[in-house]
Formats: sequence, structure tokens, C-alpha cells
Amino acid sequence: MTSSSLTSPQDAPAVQGRSLWQDAWRRLLANRAALVSLIVLTLIAIAAVFGPLFLPWSYDQIDWDHVEAMPPDFASGHYFGTDSLGRDLLARTLFGGRISLMVGILATFVALTIGVTVGTVAGYVGGKTDQFLMRFVDLMYSVPLTFFVIILMVFFGRNFILMFLAIGAVEWLTMARIVRGQTLTLRSKEFIEAARASGGSTPAIILRHIVPNVLGVVMVYVTLTIPNVILLESFLSFLGLGVQEPMTSWGMLINDGAAELEINPRTLIIPAAFMTATLFCFNFLGDGLRDALDPKDR
Amino acid sequence: MWSYFARRVAIGIPTLWAVITVCFFLMRLTPGGPFDAEAPVPQEVLNNLRARYHLDDPLWQQYVDYLVNLLRGDFGPSFKYHDFSITTLIAQGLPVSLENGFCALILAIVIGVPLGIAAALAQNTRRDYVISATAMTGIVIPNFIMGQVLILIFGVWLKNSIFHLPAGGWNDGAFANRILPVFCLALPYVAYLVRITRGSMIEAVRANYIRTARAKGLPFRLVVLRHALKSALIPVVTFLGPATAFILTGSMVVETIFQIPGIGRYFVQGALNRDYTLVMAVTILGAALIIAMNLAVDLIYIWLDPRVRYDQQ
Repeated sequence: MTSSSLTSPQDAPAVQGRSLWQDAWRRLLANRAALVSLIVLTLIAIAAVFGPLFLPWSYDQIDWDHVEAMPPDFASGHYFGTDSLGRDLLARTLFGGRISLMVGILATFVALTIGVTVGTVAGYVGGKTDQFLMRFVDLMYSVPLTFFVIILMVFFGRNFILMFLAIGAVEWLTMARIVRGQTLTLRSKEFIEAARASGGSTPAIILRHIVPNVLGVVMVYVTLTIPNVILLESFLSFLGLGVQEPMTSWGMLINDGAAELEINPRTLIIPAAFMTATLFCFNFLGDGLRDALDPKDR
Repeated sequence: MWSYFARRVAIGIPTLWAVITVCFFLMRLTPGGPFDAEAPVPQEVLNNLRARYHLDDPLWQQYVDYLVNLLRGDFGPSFKYHDFSITTLIAQGLPVSLENGFCALILAIVIGVPLGIAAALAQNTRRDYVISATAMTGIVIPNFIMGQVLILIFGVWLKNSIFHLPAGGWNDGAFANRILPVFCLALPYVAYLVRITRGSMIEAVRANYIRTARAKGLPFRLVVLRHALKSALIPVVTFLGPATAFILTGSMVVETIFQIPGIGRYFVQGALNRDYTLVMAVTILGAALIIAMNLAVDLIYIWLDPRVRYDQQ
């Protein structure tokens, strides 16, 4: 320490405090499986979002001269070959990834919004509200919800917005339970009491004090929900209830590929590899985040 | 305990009623109907059809009629499979799906729980990593891919060997026809059970009473099997409730791939055909199954964990 830093504390290189998040981040990066997953996920996401812009073929363009082209066909620009209709497989896989990831993230966001709202309100307000909300969650648990998603998709048509809303409306239950549990322990903490004593309203306390403190648990659950949603979407696609042609998703590509599995297995293998890699990475990342944010295992 | 049991059943009934009501109005209030066809039917025929199935009654009356018939155990006529009542269809399909689901569940427990224990007892060794990674693979590969791959291997590539298995069909439940579907249905459960058992076993062997049992000089194997396993099984049993829901959704995929006449396939076909009564019936059965399984799970807790008491609530 120099004397100047002692005299003027404002300029001093203050002791670097490490927040919970910085600590968690450090531990996450130390976890090799989680780090690799994070890198792979980032690469897949970048490829899915920007990749199609740089490809010579678009996902719905038919190349009549190269139907069922075997990869790698550099001359015509079909790096992964084409499908039975002569559409570029790489472009379709990347575009399908865009849709699958988008459904996964949007539906999870819907689940997150509902789950966190219900969970924090039930946990913080307590009493009859808590009873009512949690009984409702219990009730929903004994409903075959996948059935309802299918019914919705069949009867309202294969609508992209409806799909992620419906999936999100199904996936929020566990989130609500977890968040409520966390909120119950937070509720009796001193800082919440202080906020209440200084006149904070219930919505303000929930938003400003409870929600930031449950975010850790929520993050872990989000990384584990996204792969579930992607799986559910691929399941809907398998039943023929996914997005409309010529739009596509990994689930639809896998379903198309499965139809010609015997003659042309790579139309199944390539999108399946992308999807399973993504699901693997999300699961490892979720496990890594849980370890990083869990003070018990330090 | 019996009062608890009665109370749970009493909660189950309004749940079922809510499922029925939501499902009924959801289907009736959406555009389209079971008699939409590629070639439009003449209006007169359509009117007759609608009258035949009471679709021209006011909605509330259809609803009341449906509930009354349901109480008599009558699920109504099928709109697509003419001359079949839903009750007949279900009586044919439900045993098939239940048998497959039950076999898959048993298979999954027999494989998954021991593997989970093996992984937990060797935590952070190579054996643990291999088992855990394999389990993760089972979770991330959807069973519709797994089903197709199994068909390709055992139905096509091994066609002329002794390992050949039928690629589909039911053949009145012949053993060979059951192997692939049951295996395919069981795989995701195996994976989940391995993960759950591993996690709970790691916690269980750290408990104080395990240390006591070891200190008494009991052999390790006995401590694991008699003391740790029982409490480690609680999360596994908890999983069995939602597992029913997995059986149902899993059976939709597996029965569609392997062409098995079970209720999962009926549901998919029924939804696509807008066969109102069929969809309703399978949904109601599904909800009833899940409610029953959740109750069964609660009762098993009492046996597994002596601390669980329902009477004192």
C-alpha cells in the first residue's frame, strides 16, 4: 500500500469483494464438463443464429440437380449433403436448431415467469393464498399435461406461438414449488424484515428482495428445463404436431430422417447429433451450475 | 391412516371432474369437428350424423349427458371407429398398454436401482463416471430415435440371424413382439432411476445411523442393503408417481412406432381424427392412473420411512 492510497480512500484500490455470482462463476469455470458444455452450447447457438446467413443454400431451397447428395459435396455447396427433396441438410439443421432453441428458451421463459410469480407470492404472502396456490399446483400435477398440449396443438392448429405458450404453461409447476420453498426460508430473514419495517409494499419486496435471491436456484432449474422443452417439442414433431413445413426443427428433421433411416441414415444422424449434443451440454451445465451455486458442497 | 386415505380419494374426484370439464369444453369450443373430411359430406348427411351423435344438442346438455353416462361407466360411442363403443376400445387397449408399462417399469427398477447403487458406492471413480454418462445418454436420446434405431438393428440388419426380432405389430402379445417396445419404453426410466438412486444413496451412506451400523461391526454389504437402501429408496418411490405420466406419453411414441394397439396410439389417432369421446376417455383414464399412483406412492412411504405419519396432520 502506498501512502496516497491511505490518505484518500476513494482512490484506493479497495479490497475486491467477491459476490456470490463471481464465486459461482469461478467454480463453474473450474468444472471442466460444465466449461466444455458452455463453449459447445455457445458455438451451436452462434451457428444456429448466424450460420444460415453464410451458407450458399437456404433451408427451403430445392436443388433439383443434387437430390440425396452424399456429403461432403463441396462443389455444389452441400457440406452435409441434401435430403430426399434436395434441400441442403446443413442449412436445415442450423435453421431447425434456431427453431428448437427458440422454442426451448421462450417456453422456459414462460414457465419461469409463471413459476417465479406463483412461487414467490405463495411463499411470501403465505396463509390462504399459499394454501390455494399450492393446492392448485398439486392438482395440476395429477393432470396428464402432455395430453393437453397435444389436444391444444391439434385443435388450435400448429401454431408456433401457441406451442411455446402451451409448453411453458405445462413446465412451470416444479419451478413454482422450488421457488416457494426458497422464499419460505428467505421470508424470515432480517433484511426482509427491515424492508417491511421501512414501509416496502409487498410487490416491491418480492421484486426487489425476494426475486434476486431465488435467481440462483431458478438459473439451475432453467438450464435443466430448456432441454426438457426441446425434447417435448421434438416429441410433438414426431407426432406430426410441430412447426409447419417448410419450417423445420430438430425434432421434425429427426422424424423425417427416421423415415429414410435404412436408405440414408445421415439424414437422421446429423440433426440427432446436434440435438443430443445440445441436450447433453444443457444437462452438464445445469449440474455444474448446481454444484457452483450450492454452498453445501464447497 | 384410513381417514387420510379417504381424504385423498375425496380430493381426487374433483380433480378428475376438473380434467373432464376442461377437456370437454376445450374440444367442443374449437373449430372443426369429427366429421370434417377431405371430401365435404352433403349438409343433410352431416345433419343426420350430428343428430345421431347428439352433437346438435345445446352444449350444456351434451356435457350433462356425458357426465351422467360416465357415472354409468359408459364412455359413449366412438366417432371414427363406427360400431365400436369407447368402452370396448379401452377394454382392448388398456391392458396392452398397462402390461407393457408395467414390464418396462419392473425392468427399469431391476436395472436402474442396482446401477445407481453401484455408481454411488464408487463415487467419483471411473465406474461412477461410466454409469452416470450412460444414464445421461439414456435421458437425452428421445425414445422415438431409440425405437427407430432398435428396429433398424434387430428388425433389419439382424434379419437373418437368431437375434432377429419383429420390427412392429402386436401379434396378440407374442413374447418376441414385446421385447423391443418394452425395452424402448424402459430405457428413459433406467436412466432417471440411475440418477435418482445414485444421488439419494450418496446422501444415505453419509447419515449417522449408517456410521452406527458400521461401528456395530455389521458387514458393509448388509449395511448398504438393509439400512441405507431403505431410505435411499424414498426419492425412487417419489419418482414412480410422475413415472405413470411417463408411461402414458412414452406409450404414445412406442405404440406408434411399433404399431401396438394400446391406448397411447388410440389417443394420438383420436386427437388427429377429432374423435372427441376417445380422446376424453384416454385423458380421464390417464388422470385417474396418475392420481391412483400418487396415492400408492404416499402409502409406500409409510413402509419405507417410519417417521412418516399421516394421521397427526
